[in-house]
Amino acid sequence: MLYDIVCTISYKYRTPVWAGRHLLRFTPLELPGVQRAVAANLNVLPAPSERSRFRDFFGNQAHEIVFGNAHSEIGFSLKARVERLQHRLEDGASLALDEMPKALDRIQSLAPDSPLHFVGRSPRIRLSRHLGDYVEDRLPFNVSVLEAVRTLGRTLNSEMTFDATATSVETSHEEAFEARHGVCQDFSHIMIAALRSVGIPAGYVSGFLRTKPPEGQPRLSGADAMHAWVRAWCGPDLGWVEYDPTNAVDVGEDHIVVGYGRDYSDVSPVKGVLKAATAQESRQAVDVIPLETAS
Amino acid sequence: MAEPSPAAPGNIWQMLDSYQPAPIVPDELVDAHGDLRPAWNDFLQYLSAQSPAVMESLFRRGDTYLRDSGVFLRQYTNEVSRERPWPLSHMPVLIHEREWDEISNGLKQRADLLERVAADLYGENTLVRDGFLPGRLIAESPEWLRQLVGVEPPSGKYLHFLAFEIGRGPNGQWWVLNDRTQAPSGAGYALENRVATSRIYAEHYANAKVLRLSSFFRDFRTSLLNLRRSPDHHVAIMTPGPYSETYYEQAYIARYLGLLLVEGEDLTVHKGEVHVRTVSGLQPVDVLWRRLDALYSDPLELEEGSKLGTPGLVGAARRGTVSMVNALGTGVLETRALMAFLPRIARQWLGEPLTLPNIATWWCGQAKERRHVLENVEKMMIAPALSTRMPFDPDETTVLAGQLKSSVHPTVQQLIDEEGTWLVGQEAVSFSTSPVFADGRLQPRPMSMRVFMVRTEDGWSVMPGGFARIGPEEGSTVLNMQKGGSVADVWIVSDNPVDTHTRLSDGTSAMPRARQGALPSNAAENLFWLGRYVDRAEGFARLNRAYHSRLADAEPPGSLLLRHLSGYMKFIGLDVADAMPRALVGAIDATSRTAGSVRDRLSPDGWAAISEIVETVHADKGEVTPGDETARRMVWLLRESSGFTGLVHENMYRFTEWRFLSLGRSVERLMALASALASFLHPNAPEGALDLALEYGDSTISHRRRYAFMASRLSVIELLALDPLNPRSLIFHLDELKAQVGALPGATENGHPSEVYAQTLRIHTNFRTMKAEAIDTNALLDFRAQIATLSDALGQAYMS
Repeated sequence: MLYDIVCTISYKYRTPVWAGRHLLRFTPLELPGVQRAVAANLNVLPAPSERSRFRDFFGNQAHEIVFGNAHSEIGFSLKARVERLQHRLEDGASLALDEMPKALDRIQSLAPDSPLHFVGRSPRIRLSRHLGDYVEDRLPFNVSVLEAVRTLGRTLNSEMTFDATATSVETSHEEAFEARHGVCQDFSHIMIAALRSVGIPAGYVSGFLRTKPPEGQPRLSGADAMHAWVRAWCGPDLGWVEYDPTNAVDVGEDHIVVGYGRDYSDVSPVKGVLKAATAQESRQAVDVIPLETAS
Repeated sequence: MAEPSPAAPGNIWQMLDSYQPAPIVPDELVDAHGDLRPAWNDFLQYLSAQSPAVMESLFRRGDTYLRDSGVFLRQYTNEVSRERPWPLSHMPVLIHEREWDEISNGLKQRADLLERVAADLYGENTLVRDGFLPGRLIAESPEWLRQLVGVEPPSGKYLHFLAFEIGRGPNGQWWVLNDRTQAPSGAGYALENRVATSRIYAEHYANAKVLRLSSFFRDFRTSLLNLRRSPDHHVAIMTPGPYSETYYEQAYIARYLGLLLVEGEDLTVHKGEVHVRTVSGLQPVDVLWRRLDALYSDPLELEEGSKLGTPGLVGAARRGTVSMVNALGTGVLETRALMAFLPRIARQWLGEPLTLPNIATWWCGQAKERRHVLENVEKMMIAPALSTRMPFDPDETTVLAGQLKSSVHPTVQQLIDEEGTWLVGQEAVSFSTSPVFADGRLQPRPMSMRVFMVRTEDGWSVMPGGFARIGPEEGSTVLNMQKGGSVADVWIVSDNPVDTHTRLSDGTSAMPRARQGALPSNAAENLFWLGRYVDRAEGFARLNRAYHSRLADAEPPGSLLLRHLSGYMKFIGLDVADAMPRALVGAIDATSRTAGSVRDRLSPDGWAAISEIVETVHADKGEVTPGDETARRMVWLLRESSGFTGLVHENMYRFTEWRFLSLGRSVERLMALASALASFLHPNAPEGALDLALEYGDSTISHRRRYAFMASRLSVIELLALDPLNPRSLIFHLDELKAQVGALPGATENGHPSEVYAQTLRIHTNFRTMKAEAIDTNALLDFRAQIATLSDALGQAYMS
């Protein structure tokens, strides 16, 4: 499926700020066989005094932007065309959950997709016995890792309420889980922490979600802003599998990947350091439109 | 000082008679047979010729030196930071040059190995790939920085300056206890210890065959300078700031090496390159000797909450425009568990074992190792595998000699079974002993030592000496070292005469201490405020003295004059209800705080003076009675304070930093005096207010000399506002202000005054051309407001 994506993130400050330096991560990734980034243009207002880009450790595209002058408004807007290809999972290829520790012991790699980066704590994820028990109480015996991922995702989805106002980007996964509510970031963080707590390597995926559902299907939650979901490592054969706990679905053609990381902190769309911090108001608008004519 | 008498051999044996080291560990002073080790011979001979009284006076000489130079130890107990006297053990640790060479060679081998490990961990990762290091340990280490993977340092080397903590084990072999690869501290302390001991034993040291330290520091500075891309770019020491435990040392070594001392906010990344913000604008910095942990060095890409770093620093490292000593990410080499794998890596890569082994370490993430640790738990210390702290850090050890310190696990077995991956067992080593002088005799104490080395063009250069930690009591286990103790100098004794050339600069590599105008804006701001706070404290003290001396003269607090005075004092924040008003203490604390932030720029005497004022004032709080006692206290305070300003102003090179200090003083003086005159010269001010104004302006005597009559409004205005010869007058300080602003960088460009200089000139001309009659309360308050605006403008132009 071919999509046109328009995403605008803007900030307004009560008093002018200066010497801002930002790291942006919101251009879609090129993923051979899965996703093709046909074109992408990132526009920044006001015109930055410096601008450069690099690939970060996990392979995400990062733009570094510097504003040399005082400004009271910033706007980042992305226009991109992306082709997302469908791919199918083979259930049988998943490792049994009990085999995971041994499989991890055999991993001798620190490459960006090595599961070893995704097993322990990371800046926004803490493992806990409480979460581990929560998962184990809900899993059948002799479960495969893939089944465990889907079961946990469905369980979280049914027990939690999607609430766009209850949490903020700073909310910890413990708080969100305690209250059983939140947005895609919270769903994803909770699921990652829970998976890691039972020894399943799990990471954070940021991206976009198709705004308008196909005929006859319900609109997916989280399509009004940038979206996030989870990827879990299901053993050496199946590898990484992506799952969207906010919608309780396997990730497919409706999801467009922007970044991979251990948690939100690795892929947050806008990171910034301002010389003077004043109250700010931020807005995000996203449109992900399928190009029917192109398919 | 008594001339040492020729030593009688019997004396040495008398000294050694009562020296009884434990038989199970080696001793640095005597060997297994109780014979004096040769390295100590000359020194002991000198010592044994001194009477106990002479020894005491020698030690006092060292202590006085340390106190006068402001060497202190900052300790954090329950989050409260305290400065304590430097705990120097007066007895150095002596090591023979031959043995030292072996240690040095072993450490050089280790340094080269660590360099290769760093390059591998941030490069190809063959150690993980080939099974020499468990990937999980690296992946989970908070010090392995993914942001730096694939980033090769400009020099091609990750490590430039290293420290190793070493100790001597029971079989006489030296062990490495800890690798300090990130931001090693202590080289400055080693230097201070050396200055202190060389003073204590001046008569002996002058001709002693003890290797001098200066060549090492010369190498260090040359190495840092060689990392620059251009000779007019800066080398700076990046400090976490005055609240850091080792700030004193950083300021000391910055002064000694002639390098800029900067905090994260002094630096900015501009077009991909690091610059220091100075009063003359941005200036390029190529080399950062970082004393700040990598995680805190860039809030944009590393620890987001860090207020100590510089946003964009990682980006500059990625572009290769800045050399870090050491490279960001090298902290991972300090990981305790790495010690379990280094011996095998050495055999694999170097084809030989480590000649200076590290303490035996077992990672409990492996079944065999786990078993070994459990079976030998009585001889083990068990600690977090990813910890980068010292082995005898009391907060670190989880299990010592089979005893759980505190844990949710009921038994060691369970702890290791469940958390094994995150634990290492290390042999609970014992240390050799070295003598301290206590209770009038030599006594053995456990000892470990920190050794420093720097990479030069000809390979590693090792500091011939170091920094020894001495345990507080007998018994040489780790436990004893954990309790804290003292520090000692380390002397490397040669058989041959040594080069006693101690100057840092050999003339060929002389570098001006700091480039013209290279005053960081933050330092300028601190100096400016130091000038303001000192003068503020003095002004407050003067008002308080005026009030309490009148009380002492039996003037009732309810008199018109005292009511007017206390009303004015209250208006500016001084509450006369407290004999030592809080605002006064606050101004003194602020003085001390700002002085502390520019400590590398102040003379030790100036620092000592301000410390004494702070101590006394805090000791006084609430205990001074109003009236005479308080008035006398204020007189004392003013005297001490003028001592401080004298030391600072007299000793400071008349350059940019001094200008900011002077500017601060003039700005504060102008604002405070204008405000006081506005009140005391107000038409409704009671009788006696004019005298009060003169007293506040410290011009009573000048007035008596110039005007042979009672003070009148006009005479007071003439003297305190308009007399350019009175160093206490408004016009005097306004002239001063004009001169200083005019001399600041960029004050005039192509003959045109800068905005802030033009503003200064306007205020100056306006005031200069005012008639005495026109200077009334409104004019004074207006003038004060103009100075306040100018102060802000100066801040904008130079100090942000």
